[in-house]
Amino acid sequence: MMRFARLPNPGRSRRIVFQFEGEPIEAQEGDTVATALLAASAGATRTTAVSGSARGAYCMMGVCFECLVEVDGIPNRQGCLVAVTEGMSVRRQAGPAVVLEDAP
Amino acid sequence: MSAVRDLVIVGAGPAGLAAAAEAHDHELDVLMLDEQPEPGGQIYRSVARVAERRPADVSFLGADYAHGATLVDAASGIDRRQGATVWQIGPAAKDGTREVIWSQDGRAQRVSAHAVLIATGAMERPVPIPGWTLPGVTTVGAIQVSLKQAAIYPTGRLVIAGSGPLPLLLAEQLRAARIPVAAILDTTPPGRLTAAMAHLPLAAVGAPDTLRKGLTLLRARDRSGIPVWQNVSGLRAEAGPDGSVTAVRFRTSSGADERVECDVLALHEGVVPNPQLTRLVGAEHRWHEAQRCFHPVTDPWGETTAAGVFVAGDGGGILGARAAEGSGRLAALAVAHRLERLNESALEFWATRWQMRRLGERALRRLLDALYPAPDWIAAPDDDAIVCRCEEVTAAQLRSVAGHAAGPNQAKAYLRCGMGPCQGRLCGLTVTEMIARVQGKTPAQTGYYRIRAPIKPVTVDELASLSEETAA
Ligand SMILES: Cc1cc2nc3c(=O)[nH]c(=O)nc-3n(C[C@H](O)[C@@H](O)[C@H](O)COP(=O)(O)OP(=O)(O)OC[C@H]3O[C@@H](n4cnc5c(N)ncnc54)[C@H](O)[C@@H]3O)c2cc1C
Ligand code: FES
Repeated sequence: MMRFARLPNPGRSRRIVFQFEGEPIEAQEGDTVATALLAASAGATRTTAVSGSARGAYCMMGVCFECLVEVDGIPNRQGCLVAVTEGMSVRRQAGPAVVLEDAP
Repeated sequence: MSAVRDLVIVGAGPAGLAAAAEAHDHELDVLMLDEQPEPGGQIYRSVARVAERRPADVSFLGADYAHGATLVDAASGIDRRQGATVWQIGPAAKDGTREVIWSQDGRAQRVSAHAVLIATGAMERPVPIPGWTLPGVTTVGAIQVSLKQAAIYPTGRLVIAGSGPLPLLLAEQLRAARIPVAAILDTTPPGRLTAAMAHLPLAAVGAPDTLRKGLTLLRARDRSGIPVWQNVSGLRAEAGPDGSVTAVRFRTSSGADERVECDVLALHEGVVPNPQLTRLVGAEHRWHEAQRCFHPVTDPWGETTAAGVFVAGDGGGILGARAAEGSGRLAALAVAHRLERLNESALEFWATRWQMRRLGERALRRLLDALYPAPDWIAAPDDDAIVCRCEEVTAAQLRSVAGHAAGPNQAKAYLRCGMGPCQGRLCGLTVTEMIARVQGKTPAQTGYYRIRAPIKPVTVDELASLSEETAA
């Protein structure tokens, strides 16, 4: 089971509390949604449209789209690019993601 | 519409930041757009904040990382927007300007510019092994940037599997931070040292410091007490009862099957240019055999075949962070010259230093390319491996159409590979190489996916905001 922890020397980083699936989660200044969810060991954060299999963040740099979550009601946000803010509401994304083009 | 900008820079890594500083020195009106919350790009992820707020962490991240803070500082004079994702660079208008469109905070905005610099860097090469989509399977770069950005690390059994300088660097950073590694599976094929020897003399002259550091990293890894398997192949990630990764199977150098348990598996087979924007503008690309990927074709200043669109840094071909600074500066100088802020002799004067540096870094890169070539199995995934992660297309499915598909775009029409949200970033190279192999063609003859705007998901609200907006 994949678990992450935070190094013990937080320096002067502020704490931030946001909501994941309606539950409060503590994050740190500088966290993206993806790093905060890893630190909280939230596990898989989306299921795929095709087979419904579970996925978690893969690249942490904006190219794989495995970190897609719903942020404040807007789906398809890349969790690894969105900075966590106080009170933000994040939800898992189930099934269909956007299709950007319908013909190749 | 506001005034036309002189230069729009996409990406705030070393290439973009150095270009911004240079452009600012020559009084260009610059707008810099970067999709990360903070400047620094991949190598210098979050560096300014880390140096200020978590100075203790800089000691294990290393002196090379700390250098990034000076770059961020040098570029502080320009208009820089973070959290700004560029998804369109339009065709050249009659006056040669191009429109750049980006989204930020749920709103789309556009601006016109005389020149655009694509400094969007590299991404880790896709590693399509069976099980690479399981939760818990990630990349070496992902572990590393998360450590930088958020000081987080995997607490369970971490296995690093791959080849190249980045796994070595990560192993050292983890050692310095006292974070344990369960095992290292080195996939570098045998005999590379002999093959690379020819490039050693020039590299030793061109980039002696980097070369020395590399050797130190290699020695540190071998002395670390972490179990290291050499010449590993046949990687396969196994799922546990909870559906996430629980072990990795592989073939050892002697051909035996081994299995190592893990909670996190970090893959890495080198980095390749992030192709989306250079492809979007229709720039010509050429296959680079040693780096096993496409590079945009450029002139010595970094201008692509799309007029007025430059590329600098690893997005133009993998040369590393120091060379990225140099190519960023050279592109900015060329734009300053074109917009008549610099005469010919001043251009030559300012450019010389960066051109010299690039020569040194090229020599080093030839050595690294020979030492750490992408393994051949990258182009021949097992039948059950997923090639397109978004649409869950397997290697077997792709093989079944590879013989008669005219190319990657037709394979996409048949199988939907490359049509999910990542738009082929994580399957493009694999699809090209697999089709090429089945058809007995070169990757160059086979080509690549056609990339269209928007290159990132855009909401209807964002599109609506674009038509109302008054411009940036
Ligand atoms: C995950 C990862 C970690 C790495 N770590 C190291 C390391 O520790 N040491 C090392 O020597 N090399 C490292 N590299 C290699 C890396 O390529 C460096 O050589 C260096 O970061 C390249 O600099 P760059 O300026 O070309 O691009 P980058 O540093 O990659 O910067 C590109 C920037 O462009 C942004 N961007 C991309 N697309 C868009 C868009 N559409 N709109 C807006 N912004 C966009 C990105 O978010 C990023 O901030 C790493 C590579 C990766 C992929
Ligand atoms: S983790 Fe890959 S895009 Fe966010």
